[in-house]
Amino acid sequence: MNATFLAILGLGAMFAGYQFYSKFIAEKIYRLDPKFETPSHSMRDDVDYVPTNRVVLWGHHFTAVAGAAPIIGPAIAIIWGWVPAFLWVVLGTIFFAGVHDFGAIWASVRNRARSVGALTGDVVSHRSRTLFMIVIFLLLLMVNAVFGVAIAQEFIAMPSSVIPVWSAVAVAIVIGVLIYRMGVHIFWPTVIGTIILYAVIYLGEIVPITLPAEMFGLQAGAQWILILFLYAGIASMLPVWLLLQPRDYINGIQLFVGLGLLYGAVLLASPTIVAPAFNAAAGDLGAPPIIPLLFVTIACGAISGFHGLVGSGTTSKQLDKETDARFVGVLGSFGEGSLALVTIIAVSAGFASLADWQAMYSSFGRGGIGAFVEGGGNIVASVGVPLAFGKTLLTVMAVLFAGTTMDAGVRLQRYIIQEWGVIYNISLLQNGYVATVVAVGSCLVLAFGAGGADGSGGMIIWPLFGTTNQLLAGLTLLVISVILVRLGRPSRYTMVPMVFVMTMSFLAALHQLWSLYTTGQYLLVFLDLLIIVAAVFVMLEAASALMRERRARPVAVPITAE
Amino acid sequence: MGAAPAAGVMDRLRRRFASARALLAEFYVSPYRGVVARARRDEDDLFMLFVFSELLGVPNPATYYTLELQPILLERFHEWHTRMGMEHSPLDGLRCC
Repeated sequence: MNATFLAILGLGAMFAGYQFYSKFIAEKIYRLDPKFETPSHSMRDDVDYVPTNRVVLWGHHFTAVAGAAPIIGPAIAIIWGWVPAFLWVVLGTIFFAGVHDFGAIWASVRNRARSVGALTGDVVSHRSRTLFMIVIFLLLLMVNAVFGVAIAQEFIAMPSSVIPVWSAVAVAIVIGVLIYRMGVHIFWPTVIGTIILYAVIYLGEIVPITLPAEMFGLQAGAQWILILFLYAGIASMLPVWLLLQPRDYINGIQLFVGLGLLYGAVLLASPTIVAPAFNAAAGDLGAPPIIPLLFVTIACGAISGFHGLVGSGTTSKQLDKETDARFVGVLGSFGEGSLALVTIIAVSAGFASLADWQAMYSSFGRGGIGAFVEGGGNIVASVGVPLAFGKTLLTVMAVLFAGTTMDAGVRLQRYIIQEWGVIYNISLLQNGYVATVVAVGSCLVLAFGAGGADGSGGMIIWPLFGTTNQLLAGLTLLVISVILVRLGRPSRYTMVPMVFVMTMSFLAALHQLWSLYTTGQYLLVFLDLLIIVAAVFVMLEAASALMRERRARPVAVPITAE
Repeated sequence: MGAAPAAGVMDRLRRRFASARALLAEFYVSPYRGVVARARRDEDDLFMLFVFSELLGVPNPATYYTLELQPILLERFHEWHTRMGMEHSPLDGLRCC
């Protein structure tokens, strides 16, 4: 099959989903009101609460939610064949992610822009709010560990990417200083910074950097992981304006450039898909059963709980009109879906033959960023970009996504640890340096604990990360459903996705418990048990909250001002 | 004959460029507006502590200079103590409300 057709089919379906399904949800279920005074107006302080142009807001929402995860997930899940991955990404984006992201923004806007975590406390129960914090901490822990391992692997596989990736940090710092210390307008730093970023890729090819194969008994992968976490720890302590803000911004620009480049190359080259539609041999390659594992392997790109945090954390405070929630939320998730879609195309049509594809996908978890770079590089090369340049470019793109998430993730982990220090009166944990060391240390334990001393097996935790992410999505969908029930509106459009993701993530966690136990990964068994306990509690909370609401339904509780 | 439409086009291009610049700036600033404002406020609070340190009994070698700043910072001091949950000024020598 031709990949152009697949791209058009997928994008067309998402567009139709936006036009029809999300319109139906906006009008009949969430009943958006253009006259409703959003928190950006009613609580305006020009700091957090600022009415913002919906295109700008969409740009933020999209770049905040899309990153390395919608690349890694589909690039692993393709081992079951491209059809299941394609269907889950497209249908998941329309019927799951769209409703979830949109709903999180809507619920927050209707409740004084409170975050989903706070809403869980208000709407479901106080217990579930604690649960929410634990799930978020686990999510951050895993995402940091996985991304650290993934970046280390890429540095070893593509030594030409080392210089461009670290140069991006320098470019970001220069932009930060130019803007905040010198008062330069963002326009020229953007143009010049972007040019430098791509020019440095050539330098990276001329001067590839490799670490010694072994130093102090540590293999190259382990050395990179240590360096990366040392960096992430330092970066998370730096002022936001100096590094995180310009880095995030560059990343956003990169995302648009990368998406344009990939889709442009696919349309021009129109490669043929060589991967099998359904891979009957997946089981022999060590892949777990497709149901339920597909639905947690691809989390971001189909539905991801992380989006609810962004939507209710910052987006809802800046939404100008309530009706913008559809544009921002739904199109934000579709943007991420389109990244997952182009990844599917890259890893299924970017190989010359089925044999090449099978060589890449010789076992479960072998795909990831490497396969995306290989396949995507081949597609980009077929329209005239030198192969080595294209591959380095895609590596740099994926690594920068992952790196920025790590920077922000370690910072958030530190905040949570400091907050625990306050709650439980442990003054040592309230110290920023101590909290950072604890955060980085816990990530390192996981990164090495999962894959042994070389840190190579970190991808084992990828499905666990997906499971946690889906649990979070389930919690958010629960909050939206309870609000809908209270308002006496149909809740099946959020309830069905909730039951589906909860069931799949619970089954996946059970399956992983068994496979981790039999392979002797006891640290991960412990982690998985935590996830299972959290999942059981979420389901109990869901059942009790919904039963309570059904009984109390005739009495309208004024949770949202209508 | 061709000058007038060309000027119109240039004008339109300039406007487009200006709005693109504004959009880009907004794209850079808006997600971190709150974080940066809070960081700045923390720095300002530290500065205020220096300025009012003598009133708290902390000797300050630069009092001669900071004394002049006290009336300027008075309004911000009021903001600070209300933000910290104190309805009235905690300092005897400084009655702002």
